Amino acid sequence: MSAVRAMEKFMASQAGTKLPVFNPGDTVRVHVRIKEGDKERVQAFEGVCIARSDRGHRGSFTVRKISFGQGVERIFPVNSRVIDRVELVRSGRVRRAKLYYLRGLRGKAARIREVESTATSKKKKSATEKASV
Amino acid sequence: MVNGILGKKIGMTEAFRSNGEVVPVTLVQAGPCVVTQRKTTTKDGYEAVQLGLVEFVKPSRLTRPERQHLEKNGLPPCKLLREFRTVAAVDGEAGSKVGDQVLLDIFKARDFVDVIGVSKGRGFAGVVKRHHFAGGAASHGSMFHRAPGGIGASAFPSRVIKGMRAAGHMGAERVTVRNLQVVAVDTDDNVLALEGAIPGPNGGYVMIRKAVKPQRVKRGFAGSGTVDPLKASKKRAGKK
Repeated sequence: MSAVRAMEKFMASQAGTKLPVFNPGDTVRVHVRIKEGDKERVQAFEGVCIARSDRGHRGSFTVRKISFGQGVERIFPVNSRVIDRVELVRSGRVRRAKLYYLRGLRGKAARIREVESTATSKKKKSATEKASV
Repeated sequence: MVNGILGKKIGMTEAFRSNGEVVPVTLVQAGPCVVTQRKTTTKDGYEAVQLGLVEFVKPSRLTRPERQHLEKNGLPPCKLLREFRTVAAVDGEAGSKVGDQVLLDIFKARDFVDVIGVSKGRGFAGVVKRHHFAGGAASHGSMFHRAPGGIGASAFPSRVIKGMRAAGHMGAERVTVRNLQVVAVDTDDNVLALEGAIPGPNGGYVMIRKAVKPQRVKRGFAGSGTVDPLKASKKRAGKK
């Protein structure tokens, strides 16, 4: 077995929850498994994805939110076992891959323009085309 | 029972624990191996088995003694031959014979193993790299960068003390890493996943054996599981 295939097989065995497609600028809700003693519960961490590290199975993404006036960031490995699931709340239009500039901004200045996800925009486009015909 | 196997380092990656921890993992293509010779106390003065790593190798790439050593017992050409110490076979126990296969099923997840390999060669290395000397400041006119500094006194003793750490050849030597935990064993494809780093480059050959020394308890920091003799004696005195 070649080294590359062995590596891929091992990483496939390590795969975690399947995540939806999302990019920096999108608002996501990450459902995080939290262990308290013997009990396990799920807590949501909702915020803007400000960075994605694209390293295949070893990749990660950073989610930033403002919690009680305090900026909080969490970095999740994409295969992390603590991720129960991820919801895409809203897609934002941004012009760079790493949104670290958001750290210096708050309130109105830290807004991101919303963009319809590709699925909905296609529908709208076809609808307008039909209307023009 | 053979307690070790030969392998080839594939490379490093990550594994994910259920509590969210990410652990560094080294994959090793381990085995299949074949017992090529048995050393006995009566004949050789010690008990061991010689294992051969069965990997494609042109017979012409082996030396004639190697080739004939294997051909004698009808064994396939082996990339690597290494010995593993064994305990003398107890009466009634067959022990391993020449030609026996050794596969990864001797290990299971959560076992501890020792890995022996040849570290990456660093060439002629300075004291900062070789002995972790601190070196000097890079700037601010320090004029002292990566030099070793003083290596002794003057008229007395008029010589350098033996064993003074100095620059020299580093790496490319046999290194044993003890007590690495097995993360996963893939017996179908003979791939072993170990937690942590092992010596040598990717593609380098290593020996893997069951851990010889006891594992240190991992709790908080290294050594926190061990008993502090002073505290223990105080505790005992207090109880009396």
